[in-house]
This record gives sequence, C-alpha cells and structure tokens, in this order.
Amino acid sequence: MAVIRDVIPAFELFQPASIEDAQSLLARYGPEGWVLAGGLDTFDWLADRIKRPTAVVDLGQIKGLSGVRVVDGGLEIGAMTTLTEVVQHPVVREKYRLLAEAAEAAASPQIRNQGTIGGNVSQDARCWYYRAGWPCYRAGGNICYADTPKGLNREHAILDADRCVAVNPSDTAPALIALDAKMVIRTPKEERVVDAEDYFIGPATDITRMTVLQPGDLLTAIRIPSTWAGAQFYFEKVRDRNVWDFALVNVASATKVSGSAIGDVRLVVNGVAAHPVRLKAVEAAVTGKPRNEATAELAGQLAVQGAQPLQHNGYKVPLMTNLVKRAIRGVAGEAA
Amino acid sequence: MATQPVEAQKTAHIRIDLNGEMTDVSFAPYKTLLEVLREDLGHTGTKHGCELGECGACAVILDGKPVLSCLVLAQECDGRKVVTIEGLTADGQLHPLQEAFGDHGGSQCGYCTPGMIVTAKALLDQNPNPTHEQIREALSGNLCRCTGYLQIFDAVENAIVEISKRNAAAK
Ligand SMILES: Cc1cc2nc3c(=O)[nH]c(=O)nc-3n(C[C@H](O)[C@H](O)[C@H](O)COP(=O)(O)OP(=O)(O)OC[C@H]3O[C@@H](n4cnc5c(N)ncnc54)[C@H](O)[C@@H]3O)c2cc1C
Ligand code: FES
Ligand code: FES
Repeated sequence: MAVIRDVIPAFELFQPASIEDAQSLLARYGPEGWVLAGGLDTFDWLADRIKRPTAVVDLGQIKGLSGVRVVDGGLEIGAMTTLTEVVQHPVVREKYRLLAEAAEAAASPQIRNQGTIGGNVSQDARCWYYRAGWPCYRAGGNICYADTPKGLNREHAILDADRCVAVNPSDTAPALIALDAKMVIRTPKEERVVDAEDYFIGPATDITRMTVLQPGDLLTAIRIPSTWAGAQFYFEKVRDRNVWDFALVNVASATKVSGSAIGDVRLVVNGVAAHPVRLKAVEAAVTGKPRNEATAELAGQLAVQGAQPLQHNGYKVPLMTNLVKRAIRGVAGEAA
Repeated sequence: MATQPVEAQKTAHIRIDLNGEMTDVSFAPYKTLLEVLREDLGHTGTKHGCELGECGACAVILDGKPVLSCLVLAQECDGRKVVTIEGLTADGQLHPLQEAFGDHGGSQCGYCTPGMIVTAKALLDQNPNPTHEQIREALSGNLCRCTGYLQIFDAVENAIVEISKRNAAAK
C-alpha cells in the first residue's frame, strides 16, 4: 500500500551513451530495470514505492534521440524531444498544428519543459487505485476496484473495457493517430515501425501494459508523414482544471475538404478507453458528406454506439458526442 | 564476469553553474535536484511541496527554462546552468521581481514565492514584455493558496516597468 510520499528510495542509475548499451542493461536487469525519460511519470511511481526497480536506465545521454528533423517531406521527432520543443517547433506549428495544440494542452508549462513526447505516449494509466498500489488486474491481481459498486470511476472508461476500466491519459496520442504517425521501435533484435494507432493496446491484449512495447524495447522516434500536412485540424480537451489535469475526454481530427464535402478524415478520441479510440465507423460514415450540422449530428450519435458507462462517468457519453460533433464541424461551441 | 556496458554510479558527482558560480557536489545518484540543492548545497530557498509536479514550489531555472526540481535527478544537471531564487539578488540588491512581490502583496505566507519568482524571471528573460495573458499562462503551473494570484500578476507587471526603467537608466 501507499506510503507517505517523500524521497525516492535508492536505485542504481545508469546513463548509457547508446541504444545498444541501454538495451543490454535492460536485458541484464529484466523486471528489475526501468527506462527513464523525463521522469514525470517515473518518479511518481518510485517515490510512492509502488514500483521498485533496482536499476534505472536514463535515456538522456543517448545522442540522436532528441530533436525534430524534417525528413521526406514529413517530420521525425526523437522520442526524447520535450513537449515544449514540439509545441515551439516552426514546422509542427505550420503544418501539423494539431500536434502542437495537443502537446500544449498537456500538464503545466514546467512539466512540458521536462516531459518527453516518447514518455507522453508511453505513460502509464492514472487510475488512482492502480497508482496507489492496490492489487488490481492491471497490477497483476484479480479485481478492478474502480468497477465495483462503491468504486470511484468518474474518470474511467466508457468503451472497450475488459476487466480493467482505466483510460489512456495522453493528450498527444490522439493527435499522433489522427496524423497517421509511425512509431519507430528498437527491439533487442531489430527496428520495427508501428502505426501510432497500433502502438496503444487495451486490456484484452495485455492488461498490464498500455503499449506494444515489450520489456527491453525502446521507442526511438515518431515519424509524421506529409499526408496530413496543412489539413484542417481540430483538437479539444475537456478537463476539470485548465492546468495539470488529464483529459476527461479529448478529441483530435484531421480533415481534408473537397468542395463543401468532407473528402477524407481521421478522428480520434482519448480518455474514454484504455487506448485512444480511432472512430473508423464515423470516418467512413461522414466521408463524402457535407460538413454541416446534420453530418456532425450523425457523427456524434455513431461515435458513442456501444458505450457502457459506469456509475459515475455517464457524462462522458454526451461529452464525447459533443466533442465529435465539434470536430466534424471544425469549430468549437454550439452550432449557430 | 559478464561484460558491463556501463557502470552504475555509486556516488554521483556533478559540476553545475549554480547562480553563476561553478559548483561541484557529490551525492547519492537517486537524489533529485531539489534534494541536492537543499541538503547538499544548503540552498533552501527552493521549496519542497507536493513532489508530484502539481504545485511549482520547487521550480528552478535549468538552462533558461523553468523546471520542477522535485522531478529532475540532480545527476542529469551535470554541466548545466541552474538558477535558484538565491541567484536573483545581485550585489546585495534585490531583483525587481523580488521587490515587486514584496511591495504589491505578491507574497503572503511566501511558500510559493521562490517558485513563482524564478518562473516569472524565466519568462521575462525570454520575453521582456509579456502580455497579461502570457504572464498568467507562464505562471499557470505554480499554485498559491494565499494571494488569489491577482497581486502576483500585479507584482510581475510592476517589475516589468521597473526593469525597463533600470535598463533605460543604465544606457
Ligand atoms: C502533474 C502532472 C500532470 C500531467 N498532466 C498531463 C496531461 O494533462 N496530459 C498529458 O498528456 N500528460 C500529462 N502528464 C504526463 C507528462 O506530460 C509526461 O508526458 C509523462 O509523465 C511522461 O513523460 P516523461 O518524459 O516524463 O517520461 P517518464 O516518466 O520518464 O516515462 C514514462 C513511461 O514511459 C516509459 N518510456 C519513456 N520513454 C520511453 C522510450 N523512449 N522507450 C520506451 N519506454 C519509454 C518509461 O519507462 C515510463 O514507464 C502529466 C504529468 C504530471 C506529473
Ligand atoms: S514540489 Fe515539485 S511541483 Fe510540487
Ligand atoms: S503566498 Fe502563500 S502560497 Fe502563495
């Protein structure tokens, strides 16, 4: 159980200079090893003594993992690039503003100076039962405390739950999926490139992990193809306070308009399931339709089909409906 | 024995530019910058708050950017530039931000003040003439339970005027 939060207990710190060295350390320590990026998720676990790695492998000294590069008309963002660097990068702002807006909506100004984009997409669930060290499914146990008659589940999932009802907390994740980003993963054997959409996994796939990363794998970069450069974007995050708080629900969309109709669209919602949810059925239904209120209404209704709210998060259903409607209209607020 | 790609650090040793002075310090490698500043370097101006990233009491300026020292390992600061509240006073004279916080009620119990002031300084170093909105945004990661914030924004705005007066006088 949780202890009073004070100092971080002792661990061995490694600062390897290469990916190879980092991976051989992770192989040597196995479950006792921990990958450290910006530390904002990491130190929360360690200070609370819920996770107790003996070896921490800091990626901060590895050259080439940080920075935004223009490649093949698109972008390659190193996993260790801070959220602030992403927000301020001129090409991100000019062509992929969706990502700048999403990254800027995360946490607080200081946290964005420290937190990395690789850590932001790889961060763990924020369900407080899990974070407080309760022996739930996600922690290897056999109960979900949030999904019990007295469970506090106002922030939890309305879609795709399977035993665990925690949600994915990342703001950049839905924007990256909408931009069709590719995640570059270095496994101990090879380099593997995974669509952002497939990077995030739900409890049905593996209840103890949020992403496809296996122990020993490292995310090295995120590539953004030019496909959606300069498209019409919509990002909105609803949260309790405008700083620090994770999204109750957020939405990210990229739309190409032909004439007055929706030519092509990618639409993603987060905060509603253990992984960001790409709304493919909605995308298909609105493609070719005029960008108007009727289409927005259709999209909003379709988006929440199959939603199964818990006792305290029923509000997420209309919230998600409305955010999807706004994304389809492309403007905030109510229809005129 | 298996080959060791890198050695774990038993004792960390860093050299940082702390408030303009090159400073060497040794400590256990799992200590945060906040702990090392306070416990090993005697710089207790920077405060311990939530230790979770949610209050900003521990803010310091690292290479020109405000960060939360409770969530940075000191080891990661080797060779870098750290500015704490102690570094704002020059030749025994308070920084205009420090004076303004005092004069305009920007500080009551004072617990949030070091974090607020260094975060405001980082803003003014990058943007000497921020709008009210930019000041609010820059300080949005710093909690204050006493002032209600308005006096803090007031203080920063008054400091901006004072700094530009001093700069004009120095020319
Ligand atoms: C108070 C607070 C509020 C926040 N609010 C928000 C918010 O509103 N929205 C939001 O999106 N985020 C929020 N965050 C999260 C924050 O923005 C960071 O992105 C996040 O904590 C992780 O980034 P990091 O670089 O600090 O990674 P770390 O904490 O170091 O790592 C996070 C996890 O990912 C793993 N990891 C990191 N990088 C890699 C890699 N390259 N390869 C393999 N594994 C890796 C680590 O092992 C660890 O398990 C908040 C954090 C705090 C502390
Ligand atoms: S003590 Fe660091 S943010 Fe609160
Ligand atoms: S003056 Fe007391 S917390 Fe800000």
